[in-house]
Amino acid sequence: MEKRVYTILSLLLALALVSCAGKQRNILETSEPQVKLRSMQSRVFDITDQNLLLRTIIATFQDLGFVIDDAEESLGTVSGTKRSGYSLRMTVSIRPRGTRQTIVRSSIQFNLQTIEEPEPYQYFFSTLSKALFLEAQPVK
Amino acid sequence: MHLRRVNKNCLILICLGTFLVACQNNIFREALTLSSESLKDRQLQTRIFDGMDEKTLLTASAAVLQDLGYTIDETEVKCGVIVCSRDRDVTVTAEVILSVTLEIFCLLMGHPTSVPYDKTQKVLASLVTTSADNLRTGVRITFQHVVWDSDGNIKKNEQINDPQIYQEFFSKLSKSVFLVAHEI
Repeated sequence: MEKRVYTILSLLLALALVSCAGKQRNILETSEPQVKLRSMQSRVFDITDQNLLLRTIIATFQDLGFVIDDAEESLGTVSGTKRSGYSLRMTVSIRPRGTRQTIVRSSIQFNLQTIEEPEPYQYFFSTLSKALFLEAQPVK
Repeated sequence: MHLRRVNKNCLILICLGTFLVACQNNIFREALTLSSESLKDRQLQTRIFDGMDEKTLLTASAAVLQDLGYTIDETEVKCGVIVCSRDRDVTVTAEVILSVTLEIFCLLMGHPTSVPYDKTQKVLASLVTTSADNLRTGVRITFQHVVWDSDGNIKKNEQINDPQIYQEFFSKLSKSVFLVAHEI
């Protein structure tokens, strides 16, 4: 009887350890390879004015019904959330590429799920492209 | 016969899967592209102030948000952004009485059930200024709110589109601009 109790306890302990390890692995887990993910989430725009670009991203967020959560010019990031029965959180970061272009990268979280399909990013960049009057080019 | 049933089940699962993917894709299309409502929302959420520079308008906006009991969470003057929020208890006595009465009724009927009522609310707002020149500066504010019930579940999670709220905010902002301009 005592042996059975020890076996059950050991099994429960093992399960608890496995579930803990699983949760920790979740912190850095993605289903898509890093390069593929970056290419899906990034576009190049022919613009050098970083402030104007950030302000246009913020205005696009507001036009889409997002509330801005954070904006930081020196780092070039803007984060926002759209609440409409669901929570759609986005972070957009910008960085100069050469002397004539800027790379814009966005990442989307829908409720508790990170979005790793290309379509939502295509919708966002198409809207941003119209706001900037510039073409969104893929990163090569 | 058995194989046919398995095939039928597979077909139902595939159809269901396709339907769910299509639904989610529609949500993203709706959320990330401009709709006919976008321009209407922009007009509702925006006011232009003449003869006011961006820095003064941001100061006046921060002051009015403080007047309204909001906590400033983030600011980035270089982008003209103020992010703020406000937590409030939204319990209504009538709703609590109704909830308790229904719970007692369910208990007497032999089916104890929790009947939650609205308990707390978090209002989130972001205010953004835009300035084409130093003579005209625009302010746009967007409000969203999340309401939790007494069981701790999210009951509402949406943008606030009530025109009266925006009109009231801009009316208070106009007064604040006057006070800031006169260093009051």
